[in-house]
Amino acid sequence: MRHTISLLVENKFGVLSRISGLFSGRGYNIESLSVGETIDPAISVMTIVTSGDDQIIEQITKQLNKLIDVIKVVDMTELDHVEREMVLIKVAPKQEHKAEVLRLAEIFRGRIVDSSQKTYTIEITGDEKKIAAFVELLKPIGIKEFVRTGKVAIARESIKKE
Amino acid sequence: MKMTGAEIFIECLKREGVRYIFGYPGGVILAIFDLLYDSKDIQLILTRHEQGAVHAADGYARSSGKPGVALVTSGPGATNTVTGIATAYMDSIPVVVFSGQVSTPLIGNDAFQEADIVGISRPCTKYNYLVKDVKDLATILREAFYIATTGRPGPVLVDLPKDVTASKTEFIWPEKVQIRSYNPTYEGNRWMITQAAHLIAKSKKVVILAGGGVILSGGSKEVRELAEIIEAPVTMTLMGLGSFPGAHTLSLGMPGMHGTYYANKAIQESDLLVAIGVRFDDRVTGKIDAFAPHAKIIQIDIDPTSIKKNVRVDIPIVGDVKRVLTVMNKILKEEVREQWGEVRKAWLRQIDEWKSERPLSYTFSNEVIKPQFVIEKIYELTKGDAIITTEVGQNQMWTAQFYKFEKPRTLLTSGGLGTMGYGFPAAIGAQLANPNKLVIDIAGDGSIQMNIQELATAVLNKIPVKVAIINNQYLGMVRQWQELFFNKRYSYTHLDTAPDFVKVAEAYGAVGFRATKPSEVEPILKEAFKIKRTVFMDFIVDWKEKVYPMVPAGAAIDQMLFEEPEEKPEKKLKAVK
Repeated sequence: MRHTISLLVENKFGVLSRISGLFSGRGYNIESLSVGETIDPAISVMTIVTSGDDQIIEQITKQLNKLIDVIKVVDMTELDHVEREMVLIKVAPKQEHKAEVLRLAEIFRGRIVDSSQKTYTIEITGDEKKIAAFVELLKPIGIKEFVRTGKVAIARESIKKE
Repeated sequence: MKMTGAEIFIECLKREGVRYIFGYPGGVILAIFDLLYDSKDIQLILTRHEQGAVHAADGYARSSGKPGVALVTSGPGATNTVTGIATAYMDSIPVVVFSGQVSTPLIGNDAFQEADIVGISRPCTKYNYLVKDVKDLATILREAFYIATTGRPGPVLVDLPKDVTASKTEFIWPEKVQIRSYNPTYEGNRWMITQAAHLIAKSKKVVILAGGGVILSGGSKEVRELAEIIEAPVTMTLMGLGSFPGAHTLSLGMPGMHGTYYANKAIQESDLLVAIGVRFDDRVTGKIDAFAPHAKIIQIDIDPTSIKKNVRVDIPIVGDVKRVLTVMNKILKEEVREQWGEVRKAWLRQIDEWKSERPLSYTFSNEVIKPQFVIEKIYELTKGDAIITTEVGQNQMWTAQFYKFEKPRTLLTSGGLGTMGYGFPAAIGAQLANPNKLVIDIAGDGSIQMNIQELATAVLNKIPVKVAIINNQYLGMVRQWQELFFNKRYSYTHLDTAPDFVKVAEAYGAVGFRATKPSEVEPILKEAFKIKRTVFMDFIVDWKEKVYPMVPAGAAIDQMLFEEPEEKPEKKLKAVK
């Protein structure tokens, strides 16, 4: 099963390689990973999407906790949480499809962040399903370039209080 | 007061109580070596290879419980430590390795003797540091020793760029170490411990499995107490040998691939396994799905990742073995109070039957020295009062089987990584930590050649370690596998060009002896133990001898192979008492 794990880590050089090294060294899978500073510049937050059975996920969270630079590990999948990912998609539609692209972007609450004579670049944010649906619809029109941030996740407060 | 990085280094090590550093000099680490030249408090032991330095530091640590320290230069000096570091990492040994590094502006430029040792050692250290600013040095050194010795211990590497050792700063000794993201759990959860005690009370066929964690936590007394309260047999993993007296009536010896018949039988038939400071290595469990099929498992370990990693666990207890057992023993004595003798009677009788059914044995010979005989003799003559190191392979397994370790920290062996060449430098480190003890490396003719250069270290520093070479002219354990599983095709395991070990010893200024007949074994051992010098003993043994019992890789641990009957004339069978 797929799990989204959120980590608070010391914002030091080498920490990312300790974490990626743990995954590669023990044969765990990383589907996506995103890192950024928190409000406290000494701490970074990482969101890792990984998969495995319960025993593997338990080992992953324990092994992450064991790393000296890891301050906190939360398996978001066990909590009610909000997940978001942003993608930038550059499409090069034929003349007759241009209106369709703009319409789709609007339906999915995407924004056109760059346009040229031949291309549009659309920014879209959402959870995995929304992004997948959007990409599916754009595919026949012709996706030229595609980049994604990897997932970030945060727990919902109402659940955290319990 | 302003001090250079090198001065801060020496001052910090002094304050950490370091007496010996095992090391090897080189270009970028010279500022520190220069200070060691006239240091009175800290003595540098010059090894002849950096791998030897780390193993010696490791042997020092295992035998004393104090952290071992190694100091090497950059590049090849640093990369040569990797095997030593990985050895310590697998067995959770507190070793602190300091490596020189090229000056910070040169890092990343492929400078002369530059290696990214922090990157290289990352997967085999508990933690590592590159010191980028001399202002951080004192704190990092303090943290390095703290991390190495607390929680589940392990090696820490600190990379010291040349300019950091040369530049000056105000020296401030950090009184306390505070690492917000590192807080090992020492106290076990009391509710869990109570549950465990009640499960013990409910179970009949209990086996205690004691591992290296018992020794690391200093919990041997508590394990013995537990075993004696609940009258349960104890089996010790390779790393756990010495954690419980090997000659105790409740001892089952070692389990697993080359474990005793009765230890493996007991585990397989048990209804409760109390696993203490073990990590269920594949050499212990054999086929994991068939391991202890009827048993509930209680596991006590300071490292949560060791729990439920390989085997299912019914009651996990995260905590320090000694502290957890102190609480558990008290509960058992005061709250549970069973009539243990009655409960355990049938189980202990069954175990006695297994013990007499298939004791550890070998066929004694008057003509040719049996390797097991040498180890038995060493045990007899030392009465267990010695520090034994081993190399890896048959010599290691026969030692584990035929030497009954009475006390913790008396067997130093590379259990996890299985590093050939470990035993001799480890013995040197152990002898320095225990100047009045007899320290013996039980070696093979293959393994000893992997760090034989340390003869110079031993002789120069008058370190009177004894090396008993079980010389069968083969890489015996590999040969055994070839014989059993590869159609007797002895591909590159015959070491027919071994040197004359007696002459090698003499060339280095040590004493060399050779025994070719069983009758020579005891006199040579006696003589060697008397001499206050480094001694090599070359025991020419029966090359055909194999380590039995043996569980083939991937089989359940009660699927054991024994010595073939035709190899073993019944009347000559010699049982080990």
